[in-house]
Amino acid sequence: MKIAVTSALVATMMASTAMAGGHAGCADGKTLEEGVLTIATGNPAYYPWVLDDAPENGEGFEAAVAYAVAAEMGFEADAVKWVRTSFDEAIQPGAKDFDFNMQQYSITPEREMMIDFSEPYYSSAMAVLTTGAVVDGGAEATIASLKGLKWGAVATTTAVPMIAGLIAPDSDPLLYGDNTDVTAALQAGQIDAALFDLPTALYLSAVVVENGAILGQFPADRSEAPDQFGLLMEDGNALKECVDGALAALKDSGALAELEAQWLQQATGVPVIE
Amino acid sequence: MSAKLVLSGVRKRFGDNEVCKGIDLAVQEGQMVCLIGASGSGKSTLLRCINLLEPVDDGTILLDGRDIAEPGLDPQPVRARIGMVFQSYNLFPHMTAAENVMLAPRRVHGRSRSDLQAPVTALFERFNLGDRMGHYPDQLSGGQQQRVAIIRALAMQPEIMLFDEITSALDPELVGEVLDVLRSLRAEGMTMILATHEMAFAQEVADKVCFLDKGRILEEGPPETIFGAPREARTAAFLSRVL
Amino acid sequence: MSGSETTAGGLSRRAAYEARQRKRAMRVAAGSTAAVVLALVLLVPLAPGWEKVQRSFFNREVFAKTFPGLLEAFLTNIYIFAWCAPLIAVLGLVIALCRDVRAPALYPLRLFGAIYTDVFRGLPVILVIYLVGFGIPGLGLPRPWNSPYIWGSLALILVYAAYVAEIIRSGIDSIHSSQRAAAASLGLNEKDAMRFVVLPQAIRNVAPANMNMFIALQKDVALLSFIGPVEIFRQAGVYKSLMANFTPYVGAALIFLAVTIPATRYADYLMQKQRRART
Repeated sequence: MKIAVTSALVATMMASTAMAGGHAGCADGKTLEEGVLTIATGNPAYYPWVLDDAPENGEGFEAAVAYAVAAEMGFEADAVKWVRTSFDEAIQPGAKDFDFNMQQYSITPEREMMIDFSEPYYSSAMAVLTTGAVVDGGAEATIASLKGLKWGAVATTTAVPMIAGLIAPDSDPLLYGDNTDVTAALQAGQIDAALFDLPTALYLSAVVVENGAILGQFPADRSEAPDQFGLLMEDGNALKECVDGALAALKDSGALAELEAQWLQQATGVPVIE
Repeated sequence: MSAKLVLSGVRKRFGDNEVCKGIDLAVQEGQMVCLIGASGSGKSTLLRCINLLEPVDDGTILLDGRDIAEPGLDPQPVRARIGMVFQSYNLFPHMTAAENVMLAPRRVHGRSRSDLQAPVTALFERFNLGDRMGHYPDQLSGGQQQRVAIIRALAMQPEIMLFDEITSALDPELVGEVLDVLRSLRAEGMTMILATHEMAFAQEVADKVCFLDKGRILEEGPPETIFGAPREARTAAFLSRVL
Repeated sequence: MSGSETTAGGLSRRAAYEARQRKRAMRVAAGSTAAVVLALVLLVPLAPGWEKVQRSFFNREVFAKTFPGLLEAFLTNIYIFAWCAPLIAVLGLVIALCRDVRAPALYPLRLFGAIYTDVFRGLPVILVIYLVGFGIPGLGLPRPWNSPYIWGSLALILVYAAYVAEIIRSGIDSIHSSQRAAAASLGLNEKDAMRFVVLPQAIRNVAPANMNMFIALQKDVALLSFIGPVEIFRQAGVYKSLMANFTPYVGAALIFLAVTIPATRYADYLMQKQRRART
């Protein structure tokens, strides 16, 4: 069902692109391989950004956006090639093996000095993942209450400075290599709470963590430490212009918002942290 | 007067090889007994059986009338009463000569270092090693090390001293100083059992000489008899080879 | 015959020859080293990607910004090492002694020692850290008893003690039985013989091997970062991610080497001193 919807959207966009004489052809000569768009993602690629760790199916928010952007730039679905990279491979100097990299990379000024980001394709609310036991123990959706909790996060994410900046907890957070280790620590009671983007937090709370709960969120449109995802590109990549153009077109036509509504659950009922 | 040490029918085997095939030996208090014989004849093994370093398979060993070879007996108190000196000195290389000597009296007899200072110094000086007390074994000559080994055994005030070919590893010019120590102990009346190749020395100081051949005492008697007029042909053959 | 003539300076013929050879060798070594260094310094920056590599790995600005945070994180490494190392030494000794018991009644101890060393030398350290660091607290321990510092350190201790136990055991075995015979013949019991005669020699003999173990431990402390504690290499990773730059790792490596190199040199010096003092 979802494939059908995505394909329909893609077809619509391609049609509209052809009619508007859009950005197709913009990417000529600027990709690794002529006529092919090489996109990188994580290993594994997590739900709900990519479903079943199979981006080539176009299912999941980032997979769908990737195909939409490709279509805007004139690449049909079969002209898109997927590779897997770690964060390190994405930022190392030297030739890249992708045209752009898409795995919930947050845009920060420090990072912009070393690599290029596209315009944002998503603004993320950050949610507090915890367990029922912690909620029962009296934790509340207020900064004051959050300060007293023991925090954990994935070391390589912007959740780390966000915890320090927005919450400033009383004890130092513990940091982990990936989502799995954070949830393991949460289950073992070694940490009380962890900070993730809202879609990931909802997934982990419902599916992975036993007796998981979302305590509250820092909404996407917050002014302090906003978190926006961008497509990661090599510093000075000529493709950036085309990618930004494609994203702008998707935003203007409302296609981006539709994809967001389709793939990312609406966060109703998650209280805002005071 | 009953003997200090009486061995009866002592047997010891290692795997398939029976090294001591029924040894009978009596040692009076204050006697010096020399064991002679070819290598492999069982001299070392016999000595190690006497101070219970090796458990005896059969036979009895009476020390002051009590059987110390009884299986299951705690050997440690017996070993404190019988001193042993080895062919390769076996000093503890990580301790000074004085520490080597004081270790066992401190741990086994519970004496303190200050208690031991005077008697140990006296022993070192008696054997001309007074200035070597603070030296490590690798700073001493072979003869000096062997003399320290003897002092170490003496410090436990043993009732019997066993010597397992203690001069065999020494350069010839150093043998004399060690034999002098033995003469001195003999003069004091220490009960001693020596396995040795020093025939001239045995002839000079031994009260009794035992010739061991293939795990048995083939012949025993005063030195004049053994060296001068051995009864057994094999004794004579052995002596003719070594003298 | 002129074989034993001396030169005007008082050197024998052979000594003079060897001095000449040494001087020539020094000149060749100095020359070739200088040539290689010069080549590196001049040629590497000419490589096309050098500027990017320099920006990515040797970035002055990033280095300055991250250095203080790295130093602070390094304290964690030091603490963890400081409480693990003595416990490893003690447990290693205990296991080695277990493997050495000779009394038939104590056979279970011997068996335990053998199984322990086989298991913990066979398992990868990181696996033990995960199993013990997450698994045991996961059984329901309350805080602070479920801290990753406690259980992660315990994992390190269990694994390293197995290696140290084997090293000590081989040391004990290397002490000739004549030492035990001498101790026994003096009336010392097994415990005292082990404590005063065998162990001091054994441990001294295997000290170099043990020191290598502790140097490896310094590095493996970093593995605790997998279960939460923020030590220097984890902190470097956080910076790397925030700034998309690898220079923090270079900073971390420098701090690390600044401690480990002097430590190993000092250990070597102690060994030399001990050997020299006894000749």
